[in-house]
Amino acid sequence: MHELGVVFHCIKQIKDIAQENNVTKINSVTIEIGEVSTVIPYYFEDCWNWAIKKEDLLADSKLNIEVIPAVTHCEACLQDYPTVAHGKICPHCGSENTYLLKGNEIYIKEIEAIDNR
Amino acid sequence: MDEVRIIEIKKSIFEDNDKDADALRAELRKKGVFLLNLMSSPGSGKTTTLIKTINALKNEINIAVMEADIDSDVDAVKIKDATGVQSIQLHTGGMCHLDAEMTRQGLNGLDLSNTDLVILENVGNLVCPAEFDTGASKNCMILSVPEGHDKPLKYPLMFSICDLVLINKMDVAPYFDFDLMKCKEYIKMRNPNAVVIPICAKTGDGIDKFATWLKNNITQQKEGK
Repeated sequence: MHELGVVFHCIKQIKDIAQENNVTKINSVTIEIGEVSTVIPYYFEDCWNWAIKKEDLLADSKLNIEVIPAVTHCEACLQDYPTVAHGKICPHCGSENTYLLKGNEIYIKEIEAIDNR
Repeated sequence: MDEVRIIEIKKSIFEDNDKDADALRAELRKKGVFLLNLMSSPGSGKTTTLIKTINALKNEINIAVMEADIDSDVDAVKIKDATGVQSIQLHTGGMCHLDAEMTRQGLNGLDLSNTDLVILENVGNLVCPAEFDTGASKNCMILSVPEGHDKPLKYPLMFSICDLVLINKMDVAPYFDFDLMKCKEYIKMRNPNAVVIPICAKTGDGIDKFATWLKNNITQQKEGK
């Protein structure tokens, strides 16, 4: 729903990182998106492709998206289980005393810079 | 020849905003300004609730309001006309939320020298504003009865980040099969620490409790608690 805002934040950070590393042209960017992060990869890509046209640094760059599977931990039986399939209730013991281990993050994993020689 | 080099980053997209927000929160605390981030769906009664609350409090504390919307200034004008307090309109330029930097820019447009409380009326939306920390001292949301008591299940993040949940339009609860007990239970499931206050902005019911919550929180911040 708010992919465009996330994309703008992402581009701003990449520009800062590029400046710190003397990068003027980027070949590809790899983003990790958690399965339950509220960002949908398909929409993210759409917004990304629109937004990078205005950025010299990123125009024509490739976007790679890696999805991080969501995992929930049960404090009652201490087992982990996939969040999307079972939600908040542990499929092993039925407890609701659970918390999300991973899957709601959005990370810039790496960028591939082109250096002119 | 062009050479390709990989730069590993592994950094959260929200990291910069979170830092900006923490810095803003600290500055406001120093200045003695309490910033309340008010969120809700469109049409939940944010502006009406604010008008009633501001009028109940404005003789005791100095209040300013920032209205964030995609377009128009109807809310800022309405607040100013109905309460007389400082009120400005922020446009998000099509964005579905405010971030810390936009909040800071908005605050720069206010005279904060004598202000105890700034209320930021965020864009009407239960999804995006929850993701972006504005730098507010506390987060509050309004859930209105017609939206249904199951909303905490559908928008878990919003309910998990709010310190206070106001349940508005309680006067029409019987017409919507709204179950207040269930609603409270669902909110506590998402956020055991959330304070829940049922109100009716139209009749003014419960506004005194909201006003007291605000006064207590402002005092606590000023005393450095």
